Amino acid sequence: MQIKYFSWVKEQIGVDTENITLNDGIETVIDLINHLKNKSENYNKAFKDTSIIRCAVNMEVTNLDQKINNNDEIAFFPPMTGG
Amino acid sequence: MIKVQQQDFDVNSEIKNITSLNKNIGGTGIFIGNVREGINSNLKSMTLEHYPKMTEKQLEKINNEAKTRWNLIDSLIIHRYGKLYPGDQIVLVATFSEHRNDALKACEFLIDWLKTKAPFWKLEESDEGNVWVEEKTSDISAANKW
Repeated sequence: MQIKYFSWVKEQIGVDTENITLNDGIETVIDLINHLKNKSENYNKAFKDTSIIRCAVNMEVTNLDQKINNNDEIAFFPPMTGG
Repeated sequence: MIKVQQQDFDVNSEIKNITSLNKNIGGTGIFIGNVREGINSNLKSMTLEHYPKMTEKQLEKINNEAKTRWNLIDSLIIHRYGKLYPGDQIVLVATFSEHRNDALKACEFLIDWLKTKAPFWKLEESDEGNVWVEEKTSDISAANKW
């Protein structure tokens, strides 16, 4: 699966894109966040407050309980500020 | 039509390109967003980041929603990304209809929705440092009213 990060989420994590293979037990976006938080302190800091994190699965904004699979493109970013 | 681009746009020629093709257009609603320098004129520049492909996809969705709600002959959204400076144009929303009500309402709807539903993020750069612009509750309320 490809994961993309934008805005300050990208700055805190330090990469804009990464590819990972889902382990057993990661079924939803929130499972993935919890998995990523264990990778390093940078991830842990970026995902500390999930109320200010938005997620898109295959370019559609979803809730954190959305089911995911290895073919999905996931993106994490703060609330959008267009216009 | 949706255009996501770095370069500036000329409002007059963009509008005429559309009105010249359809002589039934009787009213055009236009919103132009510009970079503000701020109360103390301290903004040096603003960098707009976006999520390529998702941006076009979401703007297309918002645009289609406007077309189902109002009687539009055409519509145009141009949104810039990259480094911009105070006074620069950021966004153009133009809606075209036979009569003004559809054009004006749809134009307001489109700018309200794209504020919170189009994947752009703004980094404000000043002498005090760089700050990511946060979502405003007034923008959420404006989007929710539709």
